[in-house]
Amino acid sequence: MNQTFTLVESSLLMEDNRNGQGAAAIEAKDLCVYYGSFRALRDINLRVERHKVTALIGPSGCGKSTLLRAFNRMNDLIRDCRVEGQVLFAGKNIYDPDVDPVAVRRWIGMVFQKPNPFPKSVYENIAWGARINGYRGKMDELVERSLREAALWDEVKDKLHVNALSLSGGQQQRLCIARVIALRPEIILMDEPTTAIDPLGTAKIEELMRSLAQNYTIIIVTHNMQQAARISDYTAFLFLDRDRAGILVEYGPTAELFTRPRDKRTEDYITGRFG
Amino acid sequence: MRERQAFLDVAGREGNSFVVRMPYRRTRDAIVQALLLLATAVAALSLSALTFNIIDQSFGLVLLEERILRESLAVGDRSLEELSQAELVEILRAKLRPNLLQRLESERPLPQRSQAELYALVMDRVVQPKIVRSWSLFESLFGRKAILQELGEPLPPGQRLMWRSWLNPKFVTSPAGADPLRAGVRTAILGSLWLVAIAMALALPLGIGAAIYLEEYATPGRAMRLVELNIGNLAGIPSIIYGMLGLALFVRALQPLTSGALFGMASPAPNGRTVISAGLTLGLLVLPIIIINAQEAIRAVPSSLRLASYALGATKWQTIWHHVLPSALPGILTGSILALARAIGETAPLIVVGAATFITVDPKSPFSPFTALPVQIHQWTTRPQAEFRHLAAAAIIVLLLLLLVLNAAAVLLRARYSRRQLE
Repeated sequence: MNQTFTLVESSLLMEDNRNGQGAAAIEAKDLCVYYGSFRALRDINLRVERHKVTALIGPSGCGKSTLLRAFNRMNDLIRDCRVEGQVLFAGKNIYDPDVDPVAVRRWIGMVFQKPNPFPKSVYENIAWGARINGYRGKMDELVERSLREAALWDEVKDKLHVNALSLSGGQQQRLCIARVIALRPEIILMDEPTTAIDPLGTAKIEELMRSLAQNYTIIIVTHNMQQAARISDYTAFLFLDRDRAGILVEYGPTAELFTRPRDKRTEDYITGRFG
Repeated sequence: MRERQAFLDVAGREGNSFVVRMPYRRTRDAIVQALLLLATAVAALSLSALTFNIIDQSFGLVLLEERILRESLAVGDRSLEELSQAELVEILRAKLRPNLLQRLESERPLPQRSQAELYALVMDRVVQPKIVRSWSLFESLFGRKAILQELGEPLPPGQRLMWRSWLNPKFVTSPAGADPLRAGVRTAILGSLWLVAIAMALALPLGIGAAIYLEEYATPGRAMRLVELNIGNLAGIPSIIYGMLGLALFVRALQPLTSGALFGMASPAPNGRTVISAGLTLGLLVLPIIIINAQEAIRAVPSSLRLASYALGATKWQTIWHHVLPSALPGILTGSILALARAIGETAPLIVVGAATFITVDPKSPFSPFTALPVQIHQWTTRPQAEFRHLAAAAIIVLLLLLLVLNAAAVLLRARYSRRQLE
């Protein structure tokens, strides 16, 4: 209970700070993640800017998704996974023993690679998360507002009570985003959210991410370099070191990183000369 | 066509390393297909043989003997059954021996008894129908001539040949009895329903609970593998061993509980051979089946669903209760149907635990002595008289129908639930 309050209050504090530029939404400090004895991430130091879109790019197996999951403690669900270092959110290390991971996830939502709406109605998909998190307001309003924010309202307003699985893939993914927005999170983590979506749906989701960046901090893992260039404000390039552990090679404003990469490995990767 | 074939063969040979051998492979395919068809045919045939055997015994001709023909008791064009109460009293007074009549009158004066009661009394004491011989359906249909020849014309006085369906409404609603013409399966049906209810009440919550723990909470390792291995083995243990366990545990060790003595509900001579002992034994018997099936159903729930729930800030139990269990429910219900079918058909453990072989009183509480359909069937098949074979066959049909009804209920429940999930 205590941890929840700490996080809620910190989050409210941040609300006041919204106008302040360049505030960090979340920050990894000397973060190492292990799977058993294997080190998947080594000494990651990353300051994610508030209300910006930050893209994590890098080759397969470099730990992008692991880093993403470290931001809302989804790694806790993986057996043998161990975390060293700190992840600061609202001034608090979310890996402190007095922090409840369940409370963390309520403020840092996540959207997955494959759309995974609950096999329930569209309405219930949004209402459920709010309900279990103790939402006391008017549910109908919350559902409508969330769907509007996710640019899905016009498409589903007449089928709020049909099963969410009957929607198209792109619609399902936007529903998953709406479901996260309904909780008014601070940060939305997206793990390759358009990989399983057709081009038209992808375009809609990218557009949506841009508009969401006004109110939310978005961190997105993507394999698609054009996508990273199109939608992100900042880009972090991760690569593998000699022990096959993921390291942060370069991090900066997207325009800069793509036009004037400082590191040779970044340049090779973004120009497709990958070796 | 021939040219084409030649080309294919040549092509096969010219490819050096490839030998096409089309005719050989085709023949082998045809042989396999024939064998598979044969397997299906044998299976279908044995099932029809079983069905034929049961139906053959359930209907057929019987040679009935009545001490006093019921037609001779009819008044005018009204048959015995349609006579008024007063007329039945008259018949009884005319036909019964004085001392028997006196006894009946002193129990309760005849004019005060209902028409149905008096009719039963007339049938029982005056008409006294008895089955002399019985034939199976097959014999009755195709050997009628031989039967008639064997019996000779005319039949001895009081005897008559008639069709009888051993499965009839009265058979289902009458209690068990020694007279094959009047014995029924009501006692056994009620016993079976009690048993299944108690077994499921024990095994469903325990089984599903254990499955949830094993799948969602337990850390995989040697200990968990050992537990799972044991559960798997338990599902394969011969049921009579569960009977021994039930006898030692429920009937003997927990006798004060299972006889109802602790609740002041015991029969005059309290013992643990009650519905609840047998029900709990069956519950233990089906527990591993339910655990294994529920585990599989829970395992089949996609992990993406769990992740979605956790990512919204749900706790473990919220995730299980709202997402995992609803998705696994159809599978869990399927396992429960299997368990139910197993429980209702078990005989050996019930006999060990002490099902009554002859009982005419319906089970009224968990602490009543009882019998069950399969026990009743077993008991009837061991009787030397042919009539009881027919009764057993009819009881088998009742058992199968009961199983069908219970399964259909579970299937409907499952269908309703799956549909609700998709709405």
